[in-house]
Parts: sequence; C-alpha cells; structure tokens
Amino acid sequence: MIKAILSRLLQAVLVALLVGLLTFAMAWLLPGDVAYRIAAGRYGYDLVDTAAAAKVAAELNLDQSALTGLGWWFFDLIRLDLGASLITGAPVIEAIGRHLGHTLKLSIAAILLSLLIGPPLGILAGLHPGGWLDRSLMLVSTALRALPQFVVGLGLIIIFGLTLKLLPTAGHDHGSHLILPALTLALSLAAVSNRVARDAMVAVSRAPYYAFGRTKGLSEWQVFSRHGLRNVAVPIVTYLGIQFVSLVEGVVVVETLFAWPGIGHALVHAIFGRDVPMIQGAALVMGLMFVALNALVDTLCHLIDPRRRAA
Amino acid sequence: MTAFDYITPRPVRWPARRVSGIAILMALLAFAFLPLVLGAPDPLKQTLRLTLQPPGAADWFGYDHLGRSMYARLTAALRLSLGLASLSVITAMIPGLLLGILAAWRGGLIDRVVSGLSDTFLALPGLLLVLMLTAIVPDNAAMLYIGISLVLWVEYFRITRALARPLLNAPAVQASQLLGFGPAYIIRRHLWPEIAPMLLTIGAYGAASAIMAIAALGFVSVGVRPPTPELGSMMIELLPYYEEAPHALLQPIAVIFLLVLALQLIARKDKP
Repeated sequence: MIKAILSRLLQAVLVALLVGLLTFAMAWLLPGDVAYRIAAGRYGYDLVDTAAAAKVAAELNLDQSALTGLGWWFFDLIRLDLGASLITGAPVIEAIGRHLGHTLKLSIAAILLSLLIGPPLGILAGLHPGGWLDRSLMLVSTALRALPQFVVGLGLIIIFGLTLKLLPTAGHDHGSHLILPALTLALSLAAVSNRVARDAMVAVSRAPYYAFGRTKGLSEWQVFSRHGLRNVAVPIVTYLGIQFVSLVEGVVVVETLFAWPGIGHALVHAIFGRDVPMIQGAALVMGLMFVALNALVDTLCHLIDPRRRAA
Repeated sequence: MTAFDYITPRPVRWPARRVSGIAILMALLAFAFLPLVLGAPDPLKQTLRLTLQPPGAADWFGYDHLGRSMYARLTAALRLSLGLASLSVITAMIPGLLLGILAAWRGGLIDRVVSGLSDTFLALPGLLLVLMLTAIVPDNAAMLYIGISLVLWVEYFRITRALARPLLNAPAVQASQLLGFGPAYIIRRHLWPEIAPMLLTIGAYGAASAIMAIAALGFVSVGVRPPTPELGSMMIELLPYYEEAPHALLQPIAVIFLLVLALQLIARKDKP
C-alpha cells in the first residue's frame, strides 16, 4: 500500500514536470510577439501600440534568455507560485480554485450518476447472460461508445433543452444546470462500466463458491449480497480508475459545450488567449486531479479486497 | 496420423463482428476517396444561393450554411480524420514495438528508463497532452499528429513488453539462441506470431481514440481551424442551423459514428 502511494506521488511529480516543461515551451515558442498579443487581450485590439506592448514586456519580464527562463519557471512551480493570469492579471491560484470547485461538483455528480446507471444494469444483465436486457444493453452501450461525448451532449441538449424545453442547456445558476452536463459524462462512463459489471457478474455467478451458496439453500438475494456484491465491486472500482481518463478528457469538452465554468472551460479559453500561466495552472490541476483520483481507487480496492492487504 | 502436424498454423478466426467492422470501414474508405477519382466540387467553394439546401435527387447530401457542398466537405473531413489517425497509429506503432522488444530483451537500465518515460505519459490524460501541444504551435495539424502519436505509443510499448518478456525467457527462445540464431530470426520466428494479432486490436482502438480526439478538439475550436473541413468543427458550425437543416448536422455525426463503430467492431476481441 505504501509502495502504491509512493508510486502515485512520483507520478504526481512527473505530471508537474511534464506540464511545466510543455507550458514553458509554449511560452517561448509562441509565434508572433507575445507582448502584443497579451496587450491586445488586456486593452482590446484597437488600443494596442508599441508603448502598450513594451509596458507589458517590461512588466512580465518577457525578454530573458531561455535557460534562465526555464530555471525560474521550475523554481516558481516548486514554490507553487503559479503566477498571475496574463489577461486578467488576477493570481492563477484564485481563478483555478474557483473553477476547480465547479469541476469537482460536476465530476462527482457524473461519477455518482454513472454508478447509479451502469453497474446495477450491468449486474442485472450479468445475472441472465444472453437475456433481452443483456442484449439490448450491449446494443445501447456499443452505440454510445461509438459517439463522441460532445455528440451525446448535443443530443441531450436537442432533446431535453430545445425540444422538450425541460432543462436549461447552459450556465450554472442553480441545480438544474448541472443535470445535462453530468448526465452526458455519466452516460459515456456508464456505457463502459455496465459491460465491466456484466462480465464480472457472469464470472462470479459461474464460480464454484456461488454455486455452493445456492446449493446450501441461500436465497438469490442472500447469495448475491453475501458472495456476489463484493467480488463484483473490485473490477468495477478498478475500472473506474481507467475511466478517469475519459472523465478528465470529457470535462474539457463537456464544460465547453455547456458553458460550465470549470477547469476544462478555463483551459480551452486560456489556450485561445495564449494565457500561459493559466494553461499551466489548469493543466497541472487536471493532471494532479487525475493522479489523486487514481490514488483514491487504489485505496478503495485495498479496502474492498482483503487479499490485497496480505500481499 | 499427419506427419506435418507441427506446421499446422493456428486457426485464424474472423468473427462476424470483425468482418462487419471491416465492411463498414471499407465502405467509408470508398466514400472518402471516391471524389478523388470521380472529381467533386471544391469543399471551400461557397454558393450562397444554395445555402442550407436539403438533400435532393441531384445532390444527395445538400449544402451547408455557407452554401458549400456537404458531399465535398464530408469526404474531405473523412480523408483528414482517416489520414491523420492512420498516420499517428503507424508512427506510434513502430517505436512502441521496437522499444517494447528492446526493453524486454535488454532489461536493466534501458527497461527502467523507457518504462519510466511511458509512465510519465500515462500520468497525463491523453487529450490534455494533445491540447497543450496544439497550444504550443496553434493552427498546425502537425502538432495534432505529434500529440496523438505521443499518446498512442505507450500502449504499444507496454503490451509488446509484457508479451515479449515471458517469450524471451521461454525454452524455445533459449534453444534458438543456443543453435546460434540471431535476434532477427528470434523476433521473426518467436515474437512476431504472438505480437502480430494484438497490433490490429491496439491499432483499431488507437485509431478510434485518435478520431475522437481530433473531432473533440475541432469541436472546442482548438484543433484544425475552419474553413478546413473537419468532422468536429463541422458539427459546431452547423449546430445553430439544426432546426432549419437537421440533415446537415446529422451527416458528420453519422459519419463519425460509423467510423468509430467500425473500428471498435474490428478491435473487439470475441468473448466466449
């Protein structure tokens, strides 16, 4: 367990290094004059002149050599000083903190929703492999997996938002704004997790201990809750870890689609505006979130499966 | 009774699923490349008179909001996605394969360095890496290609390494080595038959995720820039017109659906 945590910590450091390196390259290789571009972002395209660009260059220390730049870049990163946004001038940490709250809310809602949809359906299908539920679920999840997340989101917007006019399609004022983006993410997660749950359930129900549970006279529910549930849970939870990749990727697209003010939305906007400190902050937080979620999965598996504790 | 039992090749099974996937993919390829043979309208040419014209007998695909031929744009976008995805898959496959065999063969420092490198790439979600690379040099499909290849090689490397390791320690390989056969023979004779079947699976999954990534980036408008036809950016362009011209929005969606479905059908291992 300690070894697993250490390797996750190492992973976190690697993420920080990679993001730092990439954003540094981004800052130095940007085509055109960064100072002009930032000045345009700040003052508007009509008000940019040499004086404004020079002011920006002096303020942000834009004319130093690449190597010193890289040194300072990592030094700032180690001190967790992410700097200030080039466009708004506000500290990146503050902006990221605000966005992270929204993203966490969305991600948690999506994960919970996907756990409510995917595994229960998958387990029901796995109890009767080859039945109508199994086959129709297979069809639906194959179709869902072949659609990009934003198309699923578009479909939901068109059905619930524009045609039925039941739910708002964008914004974040009250709870109902959360439903469509969370459902979009949850559907794509559940499309995979129901198959995993189904396969796990089939494997468990064919196991000798399961047959023995039945033979000794336990009811279907008893044998499932005592012998099935825990064994099915391990692959599902392990698979959650793999799914977090698609969650983090989905957050970028789905937040942009639904104008949800989270990290992914912030990242895409920062890329538009060449706001390098903001890109760094957002990518760093998303990468670290991914590592942290994986560490959480490691811990959960450790708690569910006693066999791993002995090992 | 047969004396040549030992050379009987393992049965190659082509399940219906994979065959249907290949059939869909072939149909899409024909659709995409047919205009190059038959000639087609320019995907960028605007004819405002035909704006949002629905499909008809003369033109099966209709026109988009700027009066550009949907047929020309769809096929061009499909060629872009297919070309970029297959190029990235091949670029990722060769170093992934070679490094995987090298790491399994030599072990030690090389193994640790390359495995560490692959772990670094695994630690960052793929789309994030591609997004950041496209931010370094915006408006450049080459960055998209480099980014996707960088994400995909890891899978090839890890699986090749995992497959090659036990094989290289097996008695069969030791026997070949004792008989004086060189690495080229061992790779061809012992490793390749085991590794080759998984190349198709990983390649098809990789191509599917590459196509999804290209479309996702086009959709959030950081990938390929308009007016270049691209499936994701076509969707976001046509979204405002979905009431007047649902056909225009549905076409790129249908194309990407069929494309990813075909690749997933090809990739899926058949279960008992």
